[in-house]
Amino acid sequence: MRLVGSDLACFRGGRQVFSGLSFAVGAGEALVVLGPNGVGKSSLLRLVAGLVARSGGVLSLEGSDPELTIAEQAHYLGHLDALKPSLTVTENLTFWSRYLGSGERTQAALAAVGLDGIAELPAAYLSAGQRRRLSIARLIAIRRPLWLLDEPTSALDTAAQAKLAALMGEHLGGGGLILAAAHGPIGLAAPQELRLGGAP
Amino acid sequence: MSALAALFVRDVRLAIRVGGGALIGVLFFLIVVTLVPFAIGPDLALLARVGPAILWLGALLASLLTLDRLLAIDHEDGSLDLILTAPVTLELTVAVKAIAHWLTTGLPLVLAAPLLGLLLNLEPPATGAVALTLLVGTPALTFLGLVGAAVTVALRRGGLLVAVLVLPLTVPVLIFGVAASNAAIVGPVRFGTPFSILCGLALMSIVVGTFATAAALRHAMD
Repeated sequence: MRLVGSDLACFRGGRQVFSGLSFAVGAGEALVVLGPNGVGKSSLLRLVAGLVARSGGVLSLEGSDPELTIAEQAHYLGHLDALKPSLTVTENLTFWSRYLGSGERTQAALAAVGLDGIAELPAAYLSAGQRRRLSIARLIAIRRPLWLLDEPTSALDTAAQAKLAALMGEHLGGGGLILAAAHGPIGLAAPQELRLGGAP
Repeated sequence: MSALAALFVRDVRLAIRVGGGALIGVLFFLIVVTLVPFAIGPDLALLARVGPAILWLGALLASLLTLDRLLAIDHEDGSLDLILTAPVTLELTVAVKAIAHWLTTGLPLVLAAPLLGLLLNLEPPATGAVALTLLVGTPALTFLGLVGAAVTVALRRGGLLVAVLVLPLTVPVLIFGVAASNAAIVGPVRFGTPFSILCGLALMSIVVGTFATAAALRHAMD
């Protein structure tokens, strides 16, 4: 499986965010998008997830199920955590895993991010880092080959960052792909880098 | 199918838990209708004559109150992004959301109508007729409102704009809802005639509303 973008362009809010952008990520590989604020890192991720219209170029996920769109094979982890404060931790995760997939591995996913101890707590009482971990649990509960991570380490403590790095390593080891936007190292051993907007 | 069932359960749960707003609409309905006898005075004949119209107006305004939460809240917390990346047809998703919304905000209005009919001096057959027209008419209001909610989804505080956009579209539903109620009470038209048109309007709103909402959501994403 291979995600290839060639000559991509994005036009948002009346301005050209980027154009002529090309990249390729193979199975088991991670690509980290770097660059200053506002250069279009998040826009690129949203574009791949199908949440922003592509104004030019070609994007394809080679060797994937032709019945599914790229968005349906990708996990998008954005700045917003898509959690409902009045639902418990388990209810939040169970909903997403049933809505996005088959919904079988919720307990294992909660254990993987270390939230199994507070499974019955309403999400309103979670800290920012715990909310982030619950969002990450979604990636574990449903298997999708492509992970789109927008600053995945934000709000996470050191232990949780190490946990996330291990989870990302497992995903890559299983032939997954990661496209991440970040400002610094996110714990991957030797990711490829894509710099937007010239020198940092 | 299990994905849609999960969505239905979630939306109903969110509506009935703290801060969900399932009761807001019906309480507003109760207050508006209760105020009318105070405003008009104890003229029982007049109350009975305008009763169906008051109940319909109250239900219409009450159903507008909760519309801004229908999609905007999912947009604000990022849920809508994930909904769009799910392998579920968007038209079915919005239809299920609308059904869950109607069940928690529209149906309570229908159930409250007979009780409020007492305050307006409506005879039992007249109350029954109003409740029946509301049962058919409130889904139409929900699905029409859904379109307004989708068009304004990306705007902060688009609640009032939803009302301004949606109210003109609800005029036919209001006309035939009240006409059918009055036909049952005073005639001379048979109840079935305006009621059939109301049913037709409701079915049309459900179909058009579902597809228009999905189209608006696809365009609203940016």
